[in-house]
Amino acid sequence: MSALVTAISLAQDPPAKETLAPIDYGAIMPMLIILGAACLGVLFEALLPRHQRWSAQVALTLLALVGAGVTMAFYIADAPADGTLTLAGAIAVDRPALFLWGTLLALALGAVLMIADRTVEPGGAFVAQAAIRPGTVQDREQRLGAHPDRRDGARFQMQTEVFPLTLFALGGMMVFCSANDLLTMFIALEVLSLPLYLMCGLARRRRLLSQEAAVKYFLLGAFASAFFLYGLALLYGYAGSVRLADIANAAAGSDRSDTLLFGGMALLIVGLLFKGSVGPFHAWTPDVYQGAPTPLTGFMAACTKVAAFGGILRVLSVGLESTQWEWRGIMWGVAIVSMIIGAVLGLTQTDIKRMIAYSSIAHAGFLLIGAIVLTPDGLSSTLFYLLAYGFTTVATFGVISLVRDADGEATHLSQWAGLAKRSPLVAGVFTFLLLALAGIPLTSGFIGKFVVFSAALSDGMAPLVVIALIASAVAAFFYLRVIVLMYFSEPAPDGPTVTVPGAFTTASITLGVVVTLLLGIVPAFALDWADAGTFALR
Amino acid sequence: MGSYLPLFLLFVLAAAFALFSALLGPLVGPRRYNRAKLEAYECGIEPSPQPIVGGGRVPVAYYLTAMLFILFDIEMVFLYPFAVSADALGFFGLVEIVLFISTLGFAYAYVWRRGGLDWN
Repeated sequence: MSALVTAISLAQDPPAKETLAPIDYGAIMPMLIILGAACLGVLFEALLPRHQRWSAQVALTLLALVGAGVTMAFYIADAPADGTLTLAGAIAVDRPALFLWGTLLALALGAVLMIADRTVEPGGAFVAQAAIRPGTVQDREQRLGAHPDRRDGARFQMQTEVFPLTLFALGGMMVFCSANDLLTMFIALEVLSLPLYLMCGLARRRRLLSQEAAVKYFLLGAFASAFFLYGLALLYGYAGSVRLADIANAAAGSDRSDTLLFGGMALLIVGLLFKGSVGPFHAWTPDVYQGAPTPLTGFMAACTKVAAFGGILRVLSVGLESTQWEWRGIMWGVAIVSMIIGAVLGLTQTDIKRMIAYSSIAHAGFLLIGAIVLTPDGLSSTLFYLLAYGFTTVATFGVISLVRDADGEATHLSQWAGLAKRSPLVAGVFTFLLLALAGIPLTSGFIGKFVVFSAALSDGMAPLVVIALIASAVAAFFYLRVIVLMYFSEPAPDGPTVTVPGAFTTASITLGVVVTLLLGIVPAFALDWADAGTFALR
Repeated sequence: MGSYLPLFLLFVLAAAFALFSALLGPLVGPRRYNRAKLEAYECGIEPSPQPIVGGGRVPVAYYLTAMLFILFDIEMVFLYPFAVSADALGFFGLVEIVLFISTLGFAYAYVWRRGGLDWN
């Protein structure tokens, strides 16, 4: 009531002039470029004729990614070392945020190249019109119609709304990583999630599976968002503020009842862990990864993971640092459950996309170990792990999209038998990527695991590290199983063929493989970037 | 507690009005039954499924209309407080609200050009 009275009295009798804090446009420019380009993309969709849209959208999207990257590089050159708060403290642009932005932009570049490809699947991996229902005449027509030989193939080209949607999702992820209060974080969570829900249902082939994935992701995601929002409300009730730093202050020195704090913390973390597809909150991951168009799965698996763990890192180290002894034990449990679910259930999978999904759940467990080590080492190692894992994943899904038969992608493991005899190059690249996911030396996966585990060891988490090592050994088995299958089995007579990818997918896979190799051999430069500074604790 | 008294009175008034209207109608109103009286709404769309027209489904165009309504609804929600304190927010506030409206304008242009406003 009193708030209402205040609002009414303010409305009747406005203060002379609001003093607005200055906005540091230089710091948030990368974000503004991405979101602005997304808006422009919507206008393109509205105003351009259909045959011009694809090239205009691809050019705009790539330009925006590069532009944002360049702007960020200029900003980093003279950015304050301990970060800056802007937009009235809602956004914190500090070293970890900048590292995460760079990671997101680079990964999105790889993913967008894959999304834009129209040669691997004629017309693109996305449906010609989202409204086409599975199993109808139109569905069959758009599946077969985009073949380059057909003269009327233009109307079966992919729906180009995908590009602005990707940019919106990316913009949301960037805000999410740098959100300094929970309300901004929630809005960013929705901005990044809604386009992803939609794009999951846009696969050109296997429309039913794709739509099922979209609905599952949407319903479970909405549920997780509600958890996050409820936790936010409870924490606001506890601290009287949605600012992470204020929550930390309230938790550090107060005799208020802890019920609101712990309840809010638990619900908030559940919402975040869902997005990172961690442990017992992973149920959506295999279905969605399998059903979504493969280029989008690559984008989702890499970028969403980066954004989610960026958010988890910031919430844990800025907002909940002072209560770490209360939540740490539970997070140990969550990390263990996640690693075990990922490694053990991954063994039983027969579909390669689902297998990689379980692998991502196991990796989420490893990442969580790094995230709960609240030392600078823990932070930098988790950031490095995200960078390494993201590039490997994008390239992995790129390779998966190449192995095809008449029905589209051949994702059943048995169809991959003897692939090395048909295409030694693709099998070799895939082997390298699987070894990186398993964490074998000379790949980025090994360095990532090494730095995360050593940060955890130096913070007294030896038992957890031992369990993590066992889980990686178990997980290594199912990666090796695929390698054995590719090299030491006879190919089936009517097996899939390997499509020769166009320039875009080739560039994307090359980018992923080169970065995976570079980070495995000379990781020092990236480790230095990741180690450049900590969160702005204000 | 005293500050909640008006709120309480409002609830009492609302309940009394609802009761009054519901009871008075049958008591004093004329009773002339016809076909339309037996439907759920005397005017407007029949809410129950219609088995012949459209296979019992609600036309998807309603969904678009509802979404567009939300778009402009949100616009109003933001414009109203802006209008009240436009003076205090000054030039910066004006720029921000123009940006906000043009962002909505992009979505509107998209819907318009792509036929979202055509009923059929």
